[in-house]
Amino acid sequence: MGILDSKVPSGPLADKWTKHKNEINLVNPANKRNIDVIVVGTGLAGGSAAATLAELGYNVKTFCYQDSPRRAHSIAAQGGINAAKNYQGDGDSAYRLFYDTVKGGDYRSREANVYRLAEESSNIIDQCVAQGVPFAREYGGLLDNRSFGGVLVSRTFYAKGQTGQQLLLGCYAAMNRQINRGKIKPFNRHEMMDLVLVDGKARGIIARDLVTGEIERHSAHAVVLASGGYGNVFYLSTNAMGSNVMAAWRAHRRGAYFANPCFTQIHPTCIPVSGDHQSKLTLMSESLRNDGRIWVPARKEDAEDIRSGKLKPTQLKEEDRDYYLERRYPAFGNLVPRDVASRAAKERCDAGFGVNKTGEAVYLDFAAAIQRYGKEEALTHGMKDTDEKTVTKLGRDVVEAKYGNLFQMYEKIVDENPYETPMMIYPAVHYTMGGLWVDYNLQTTIDGCYCVGEANFSDHGANRLGASALMQGLADGYFVLPYTIGDYLSDDIRTGEITTDSPEFDHAETEVRERIDKLMSGSGKHSVDYYHKKLGLIMWNKCGMSRNGEELQAAIDEIAELRKDFWANVKIPGAGDAMNSELEKAGRVADFLELGELFAKDALTRNESCGGHFREEYQTKEGEALRDDENFKFVSAWEYKGEPKDAVLHKEDLKYENIELKTRSYK
Amino acid sequence: MKLNLKIWRQKNAKSKGEMKDYPINGIEGDMSFLEMLDVLNEELINKGEEPVQFDHDCREGICGSCSLQINGEPHGPDRLVTTCQLHMRKFNDGDTIVIEPFRATAFPVIKDLVIDRSAFDRIQQVGGYISVNTSGNTVDANATPIEKENADDSFYAATCIGCGACVAACKNASAMLFTSAKVSQFALLPQGRVEATERVQSMVRQMDLEGFGNCTNTGACEVECPKGISLENIARMNREYLSANLKG
Repeated sequence: MGILDSKVPSGPLADKWTKHKNEINLVNPANKRNIDVIVVGTGLAGGSAAATLAELGYNVKTFCYQDSPRRAHSIAAQGGINAAKNYQGDGDSAYRLFYDTVKGGDYRSREANVYRLAEESSNIIDQCVAQGVPFAREYGGLLDNRSFGGVLVSRTFYAKGQTGQQLLLGCYAAMNRQINRGKIKPFNRHEMMDLVLVDGKARGIIARDLVTGEIERHSAHAVVLASGGYGNVFYLSTNAMGSNVMAAWRAHRRGAYFANPCFTQIHPTCIPVSGDHQSKLTLMSESLRNDGRIWVPARKEDAEDIRSGKLKPTQLKEEDRDYYLERRYPAFGNLVPRDVASRAAKERCDAGFGVNKTGEAVYLDFAAAIQRYGKEEALTHGMKDTDEKTVTKLGRDVVEAKYGNLFQMYEKIVDENPYETPMMIYPAVHYTMGGLWVDYNLQTTIDGCYCVGEANFSDHGANRLGASALMQGLADGYFVLPYTIGDYLSDDIRTGEITTDSPEFDHAETEVRERIDKLMSGSGKHSVDYYHKKLGLIMWNKCGMSRNGEELQAAIDEIAELRKDFWANVKIPGAGDAMNSELEKAGRVADFLELGELFAKDALTRNESCGGHFREEYQTKEGEALRDDENFKFVSAWEYKGEPKDAVLHKEDLKYENIELKTRSYK
Repeated sequence: MKLNLKIWRQKNAKSKGEMKDYPINGIEGDMSFLEMLDVLNEELINKGEEPVQFDHDCREGICGSCSLQINGEPHGPDRLVTTCQLHMRKFNDGDTIVIEPFRATAFPVIKDLVIDRSAFDRIQQVGGYISVNTSGNTVDANATPIEKENADDSFYAATCIGCGACVAACKNASAMLFTSAKVSQFALLPQGRVEATERVQSMVRQMDLEGFGNCTNTGACEVECPKGISLENIARMNREYLSANLKG
């Protein structure tokens, strides 16, 4: 077991980043023209990194499995992006954003990284506005803000329920500008199959052209992984169907340590599962918790009547409802962090108070907000003695202006009108805080292999706060990586082009081809989805919202067994040298089958509860997470040694010099 | 629900395609259209046949990947939805459903229902951006107030997901709605005005080069657009284009 060096610069917290930028090596503009960088993934982190790197003068190649960079799954982020602008004058500051994020992450993130993130957050908003991102504005023409979970200020910037889309289109536009200049070469419908190391340094990738099936070699002086999270290890998640861990896992197999794999975010407000045919889950933005109140019936009989269709939620009197978040957490109410809200929903449903057919749903109710806004509108428009119908209509218009597209999305999926009856929601897998271990420079344990955005582990600890993923993706991509990577690349100004005609590339390509052949030669018993769904069930039941030692051990054994079965019996029709979606899925599921086991092993090793990682054995009398700072105040970084069971644990001790470690309380 | 599917099968870009019949059983109203295709594909795989290839990713109506022409309409009979948000409750037991890829010269078929929409990327590449550096050294975000109405209209134009339904709906396979949405997003913002002249000229030029047809104002694009992008954007682009050409 080794101790990892995070390379955090010395000096006071607030000065570290500036000092570091002043001290690292730079590459002069003429030399940048001779340096190539590969960026895998074109979401917010990859897209912004590619744009800035190209603008600085590097030659960039981008890779994405979608048909256009604009379709990366950042596009689906709904609610907003945090920035410590303090436009609302509610006492916000970089320090507060930093503090909220570290506390929200249950004291399992690295102070210096989080501070840098908070520091850069304001810059992101300036940058995006300059690029023409149409954020929501007030009537005075200035930017509007809203509030998200786990904080007491309004620092979230948004574009209705499509903030991720607007930010990603901003990145895509910035990429297009560089594509037009010839500085970015986009390889769309391409998937990274392996990382190539030459003399211990990342020098390229093997990619598969998903249209022709051709295996290609691409070299570069450095490789940036921005391939997103691994939530799809659960099969059902709010991730896109194609979201996968392949790029990160291939790098892991080549020597990059994988950190905190068990830190997963289960988002409290998603549309509940409707049946076995379900292929993915849809999120209802956390922003809805600004105005929606979460409740279940106070009496079990009422819950039963609702489930059997005898009673409608709107018929239930105020005193017969249990607004359990407001009851348990008066200070933060419906805006507690995600892990807390999810566990509370599970607790009520497990106790028999769930409200849909499966008993796994709670209500998110806008009736009170509609009335409140309606009355306010009536007042500001000088309407006196307005009847209830008019108030409801006015209020409904306000709610529609704020969340219209989310309500429409809900209605299309569930076939119920959420303006008239409360939404039903349930927690679902949404984000993974774990990922490749990176140092302060965002470099993995492989020289020249960097990792940004959700794919790395760095900023969110054991639980991410809402509207912080977009912030991290863009901060990493626009403002951090393009500078820190220069320090590494400054050694490469005389290297010249990296040849793909080398034994290292030969070897990697052969391995990729052999792996594809092996997948294609399965006995043909079951489809890829059959295995993926099985893995998902093991993960959800045994490594989901709450975990215990016994079940985690069982999960490890079952996943190892399933993996063996998969490799022997998977069925992939079609050919390897043509477009073949089953083959694509098979490669991704194969990696999930390894990651899943490491995930369970990591959860089993961490004998404490923190953030999204809730071990049943470690809880307070009130059922809150019981952290163990004495023994687990570290990042777990796993080194690949063949089978996941043989992975070796390395630790990065987390030092809190600016924040006092406390029990996280939202009461 | 029992359905009779008629699906376009085409091995690759070079081969000739054809419609094939696939009867299917046990479809539930709560399934999305793509989940119905998942059921079909699982059956095909188990029989050892190649599944129907189609583009899809987010399955929540925002990535713009899905591109199915269902019973002659892009994204099917429902309004303001993408194919992934279309649910089977919109169909009846015994229905015949015809499924084809979006059709346009500028969108060649790659395989089955998968098409190549890179023409859209190229239109964006020639001017669908504001030329500011991404270094973050810019003015404060609140330095320039923007009228809420313009900011909102810019946002609505920017919600285009680039799926191509507008092109598939148009009898001329015109890409005016798509192109005008991007032109409008920037034309409505003060920071976008600086390059407005060159932007509209380059993007329209590229749109024509890609082989999209002309606009004859039938409005089919607006009806079929899953995001409700307004025809007003086309009027705005025409105005922008005209004044750009007058400026020279």
